[in-house]
Amino acid sequence: MIKIPSTFPSPPAWTPDHPIVRVSQVYKSFGETQVLKGVSMSVMKGEAVCIVGPSGSGKSTLLRTINALVPIDAGSVVVEGQEVCDPELDKLQLRRKVGMVFQQYNLFPHMTALQNVMIAPIKVLGQDKAEVEARARALLRKVRLEDKADRHPGELSGGQQQRVAIARSLAMTPDIMLFDEVTAALDPETVKEVLVTIRELAEEGMTCLLVTHEMGFAREVADHVYFTDHGVIVEHAPPAQFFGEAKDPRTRAFLSQVL
Amino acid sequence: MKKLSALALLFAFCACLPGEAFAADGGRPSILGALWKWAPLLLSGFAFNLLISVLAMALGTVLGAVLGLGLVAPSSGLRRTSHAATQFFRNAPWLVLLFFCMYLMPFEFVVGGAVVPFPGWVKAVIGFALPVMANTAEIVRGAVQSIPPAQWEAAESLSFTRRQTLWMVILPQCVKRMLPSWMNLYSLVTMATSLASVVGVSEMLTLTADALAAEGGRTDLMAPFYGFVLFCFFVYCYPIGVWTRRLEARYAVK
Ligand SMILES: Nc1ncnc2c1ncn2[C@@H]1O[C@H](COP(=O)(O)OP(=O)(O)OP(=O)(O)O)[C@@H](O)[C@H]1O
Ligand SMILES: [Mg+2]
Repeated sequence: MIKIPSTFPSPPAWTPDHPIVRVSQVYKSFGETQVLKGVSMSVMKGEAVCIVGPSGSGKSTLLRTINALVPIDAGSVVVEGQEVCDPELDKLQLRRKVGMVFQQYNLFPHMTALQNVMIAPIKVLGQDKAEVEARARALLRKVRLEDKADRHPGELSGGQQQRVAIARSLAMTPDIMLFDEVTAALDPETVKEVLVTIRELAEEGMTCLLVTHEMGFAREVADHVYFTDHGVIVEHAPPAQFFGEAKDPRTRAFLSQVL
Repeated sequence: MKKLSALALLFAFCACLPGEAFAADGGRPSILGALWKWAPLLLSGFAFNLLISVLAMALGTVLGAVLGLGLVAPSSGLRRTSHAATQFFRNAPWLVLLFFCMYLMPFEFVVGGAVVPFPGWVKAVIGFALPVMANTAEIVRGAVQSIPPAQWEAAESLSFTRRQTLWMVILPQCVKRMLPSWMNLYSLVTMATSLASVVGVSEMLTLTADALAAEGGRTDLMAPFYGFVLFCFFVYCYPIGVWTRRLEARYAVK
């Protein structure tokens, strides 16, 4: 475990020329299984980073360490200059800056799409209801679902649900968005509409970390691609280099399977 | 379907009436005459059964909701204590709990010099509320655990506290899932209230025995009178069962 300076609550102000997310030598085990074995990565503000790798290699776990959903055993995760594994860290404060969308069962099924988008800003941030509603409707328009505002998740397609989930995370005005295989459970036809939404976000300068199996998307949108296998980062590179001239045999074996 | 079953039961009830049921014979009133005479009292007894069941259910549900939240609490001490209490009351025979409450609790309290009576039927309400509590707690636990973990994670990653997640996201989804089992439990409690006759609460079964005694213990009245009791319980509980199954079917699809 890294030593956290006692002056921690007032960290050196983070500036955009430093990585907005820096993961260093992170270890994590669930019981006997070692899931992360010394993972490091860094992401600059406005970058879109894709994490690819075989099933069970620890991609979701890595993503979850960034918003403290998974506590780590050793190493350090720094988000905007804040040490995430500082026991005194206000996790709720951190999660306001880091939005996350999951593979499935994201939306609250007992609320309409609009209510899903509105609840966190109202209940967590204590913002004014009318102002939040205006913003929520604008976000639903942004993901092209303004006409579905009053539908419940059960009445929406998987792709529409994922777009509402993205709008819901954006309603908290995060600085970083995490996406964990958000298209993995979708029909091929609806995958595209979700990817278009994410791509627009990345192009607007949102910092995005995506775990994905969509290699075409990674190639076109990512600034950087990381390949994980058995809890380590085997290789990382800009997409052209990653897909064109991967060095490690494990990366090449993986790519030959998925491409 | 419902009407048909009720008719069938009524038919079975009439079939057990002997031939002279409809005719007065000498000084003795006919069976139906006797039933007619006593029906208001018996029905008032049934109303008492329902009162006991509703109060026991209300008390048991409130306690059970608290206990159920204990079963899913993050603190392992709280979880273990709740688990022990739940298992204890779930595996106790209802009649034994009833006796236990009857004879453990005083028949009156002294509050600041004034004597407050503590009647048997209130003890019966408490006696029935205990198993309701334990069963409700299990229903709450089952419902909370049936919600996909991603719902917790989604709420957590939106910066909800654990308490906010529970009250705004998890429990509202649980209500629907709990309703069928909870209604089923209510039917069981209603039927179980007749056990209170064993400890002398003047509910319907007790009053029926009293009425039969007042009629001089006529054996020809026994089956019709107890048949009437069965009929009342059936007419009340059967629709609840139908409704429960309908809710189950509706929520199973989602
Ligand atoms: N909460 C947990 N408790 C126990 N084991 C876990 C937990 N979460 C993950 N694991 C285990 O850790 C390993 C890595 O899981 P992780 O979900 O990070 O993999 P992944 O790369 O995201 O895989 P996939 O592509 O299938 O989603 C798996 O073997 C998994 O069984
Ligand atoms: Mg995963």
